[in-house]
Amino acid sequence: MMGTEQSLGVVFQIYQSLLVVLLAPLLTGWVNQCRAWLQNRSGPGLLQPYRALRKLFHKDAVIAYNASLLFRSTPYILFACMWLAAAIIPIIAVDLPFSPAADVIALVGVFALARVFISLAAMDIGTAFGSLGARREMLVSFLAEPALLMVFFTASMISHSTQLPRIVEALAHHQFILFPSLAFAGLAFVIVLLAENARIPVDNPSTHLELTMIHEAMILEYSARHLALVEWASSLKLFAYISIGIALFFPYGIADVGNWGALPVAIVALLAKLVLAGAALAFLEALLAKMRIFRAPEFLGTAFLLAVLGLLIHFLLGA
Amino acid sequence: MPTCVVWPIQQVGEKTIGMDSVGVLPLDVAGTIIVLWLVLGLLGLALQRSSHLITNVIFPAGAIASLALAATGLWALGERVSYAILPMGLPDLPLHLRLDPLSAFFLILLGGASFGVSLFSAGYFKSMQGKTLGLLCLEYHLFLAGMSLVLLADDAYMFMVAWETMALSSYFLVTTDHKIPDIRKAGYLYLLIAHVGAIAILLSFGVMQGGHGIGAYTFAAMRESNLSTFWSSVVFLLALFGFGAKAGLLPLHVWLPEAHPAAPSPVSALMSGIMLKTAIYGILRVTFDLLNVQQWWWGVLALALGLITAVYGVMFAAVQGDMKRLLAYSSIENIGLLMVGIGLAIIFHVYGKDALAALSLTAMLYHSLNHAFFKSLLFIGTGSILHATGERSMGRMGGLIRHMPWVAVLMLVGVLSISGLPPFNGFVSEWLLLQAFLLSPGLPNSYINMLIPVAAAVIALAAALAAYVMVKFYGIIFLGQLRGEAREQPHDAGIWERIGLGWLALVCVLLGLAPVLVVHQLDLVTQVLVGRGLGNAASGWLFLAPVDTVRASYSPVYFLLALLVVTLVTALVVRHYYHGRLRRGPAWDCGYPAQNSRMQDTAEGFGQPIRRIFEPFFRIERELPSAFDTHPRYHGRSDDRLWFALYLPIKSITEKLSSWASLLQHGRIHLYLTYTFVTLIVLLAFV
Repeated sequence: MMGTEQSLGVVFQIYQSLLVVLLAPLLTGWVNQCRAWLQNRSGPGLLQPYRALRKLFHKDAVIAYNASLLFRSTPYILFACMWLAAAIIPIIAVDLPFSPAADVIALVGVFALARVFISLAAMDIGTAFGSLGARREMLVSFLAEPALLMVFFTASMISHSTQLPRIVEALAHHQFILFPSLAFAGLAFVIVLLAENARIPVDNPSTHLELTMIHEAMILEYSARHLALVEWASSLKLFAYISIGIALFFPYGIADVGNWGALPVAIVALLAKLVLAGAALAFLEALLAKMRIFRAPEFLGTAFLLAVLGLLIHFLLGA
Repeated sequence: MPTCVVWPIQQVGEKTIGMDSVGVLPLDVAGTIIVLWLVLGLLGLALQRSSHLITNVIFPAGAIASLALAATGLWALGERVSYAILPMGLPDLPLHLRLDPLSAFFLILLGGASFGVSLFSAGYFKSMQGKTLGLLCLEYHLFLAGMSLVLLADDAYMFMVAWETMALSSYFLVTTDHKIPDIRKAGYLYLLIAHVGAIAILLSFGVMQGGHGIGAYTFAAMRESNLSTFWSSVVFLLALFGFGAKAGLLPLHVWLPEAHPAAPSPVSALMSGIMLKTAIYGILRVTFDLLNVQQWWWGVLALALGLITAVYGVMFAAVQGDMKRLLAYSSIENIGLLMVGIGLAIIFHVYGKDALAALSLTAMLYHSLNHAFFKSLLFIGTGSILHATGERSMGRMGGLIRHMPWVAVLMLVGVLSISGLPPFNGFVSEWLLLQAFLLSPGLPNSYINMLIPVAAAVIALAAALAAYVMVKFYGIIFLGQLRGEAREQPHDAGIWERIGLGWLALVCVLLGLAPVLVVHQLDLVTQVLVGRGLGNAASGWLFLAPVDTVRASYSPVYFLLALLVVTLVTALVVRHYYHGRLRRGPAWDCGYPAQNSRMQDTAEGFGQPIRRIFEPFFRIERELPSAFDTHPRYHGRSDDRLWFALYLPIKSITEKLSSWASLLQHGRIHLYLTYTFVTLIVLLAFV
């Protein structure tokens, strides 16, 4: 009994991981396309990220004379971390065999691991922008990370588990009740998503204006396949964050394990949710303006407080 | 019925029964190792002429003794409690020793970490010669012996003697370079706070002894003394103050950032990695073993102090420019986290939730073990850097990964561990601690229920800031380009140093990968403290599940495997389908041609956001160049406000009081005789 279920689970796991890796650039393309439309441009099309990746993979890599092995291996580690994150999050199916190996705290840990590596790699060459980017990235994350953890804690308190599948299961099979604590957590999560994915208002993914950039400053020295992997990892990260948002706040329609019949529905539901979320993200970015770097801690501090408030409300109201 | 062995000569009656049937006990072995350390130390003093013998033979021999001690501790965890009574000490109070699982756990910590540090020392102290080296060798081994005896002591007298041996030997180790005035000052501050703490510890033992004569100074008698709630609280507060002074709990933390940079690096490693843990041991021993009852507000106090200490420590670590001061502040942060674990355990234990108390204690003990290894690793690593560059200030380092690859790789393990990143060991204890927080609702006291999520948030914040600090630490030292003028080429660590670093890094990795095995051993300790262990809900050693698998589980081995497999597959796929062509060129940096190493972030620069966000907590002195300076110089200093708000007033009050006291002092003998006479008269009036 366990045998077939487990092997089915493995199939689900591999299927989902591959799907996510292949779909992630499409989501980035969709967000960019929406942004272009909102800015009254025609936009490069949905497939532009794939074209960019292909171009980068074919180029010769150029790295600085003094780049160490840490610099060269970081893109692979980054990519692996984001893939791992995508393997933990229940995106189309609930019960994934890998998920007991890492719960939400470990998920936050994966993101932190990737962040520490990219920050260190940014400092490796010893350029002005690299260390500036690393410093700003760590500045943004030291408030964003605990806020994300608190969002997860609120969800774990409701579902009595830190396993993401259990959380999603508990939330998906609940009737349509708006948990007040989750409302606060949701607000905090949106802010964290914007900050951690280098979106406006904290960072601007399409700028190369030197003094305002964070993420772009860190990856300035990367080229060709390394850059491709870093960019792909960023797409995966965005995908992972949006999936977390969907899993925590709109989990309806997800397939249980071994339920092949529910799979088409799950995929359609997922696609619809992703399209909506991507459009919403672009819309949000179009509304906001990039803020000064020292406004960012206040912005993220708000997210942290909101998340803690959500947790406290759960303690007070039990919901 | 616990077994008793009297070692080496038996003295008491009742407990010696059954002694013949037992054979060698863990306590005998531990005692032998301590004696061996003393002998090694004296040998070092005797052999001070031949310094290569000291570094190549005595320190490695001491290291092997350390490893043997760790093995003994591991053995003792599963054995019954063993006792010994030594035929020396005070007239009515011979020295009592006792080895129970709690002591055994800390012996493992001591032995395991000091094994790496002693091996490292074998290489590190090569540059020293003659009497300095001989004395250092004696003090070093005396320090190790003192710490072990603290863990084994079973009466207040023995404990205080061991405690003072530890404090004094470490004071002399800190002031090894006593010709530098700053180091003497740092040593004095350390000695002062250590003794203020020691007085408080002595008083807390005095209260527990309760005036029942000198025989009541044994810990066994203290366990029997049923103190009232009030006196228990007094004992707890005194112990918290006394041991907190040794551990670096706020506001008694000021000696750490002074003494750690002053001491030679292996000594800093021992002090930070191990000695601070003896204070944690003391708090656990008094709170959970010697006192029979606890109060919930003790837990809240420990929790609150721990949280403040953690955030305060990490905040100050972020703005430091000296690498060893940075690590010292980071130790303060970690002590804060340990206190949070103790506080939680007290709260849960008081409310009868022993499973949760066991969970928080497991997290806390696990973190002690982790901290002993990764902090020792980082501290001895700074020793190698210090030898290679002659600098402690990070602002003059950079790019060392290219000159010292061994140290760089091994310290990266330490940095990732201390940042609490999976699958390394720091993450495991953080994970366990956060699980304890997540499982905690349902306490009868609603205020504590409110406090707990806030505490969890503060812990998460401190952990995230720790990652910031460690990126700064590693990035500024090892990455980028060399700042400042290049001396000769920095050299990598020697073979002994590499072995020492390698051992500590290896243990960090293993503690990260096999948490289930460790937690099983920790169960034996929590059994003693709160009467139950954690067990493991998941089957096998791959999955760590403190409550049940539905609730939470974590498998570092699978995690690491998945990470490695995906990394390798990605690399192979990229290489196979595309190409591996690589060219080297000058750095791009947005096309700016005239770059130099001064354009990188300095240590101050990297800490600047933290200094700005938490500005009210720092006392900042700045010296800014004007726009027209031809040789612009920037100078910034961030000091501890507590030093000025608390310590300097106490100092001036003390000075004032002693100047009043000096009014009585005239240096004339007949005046002093008069004082004596008057005192006698006054006392007679009372009789």
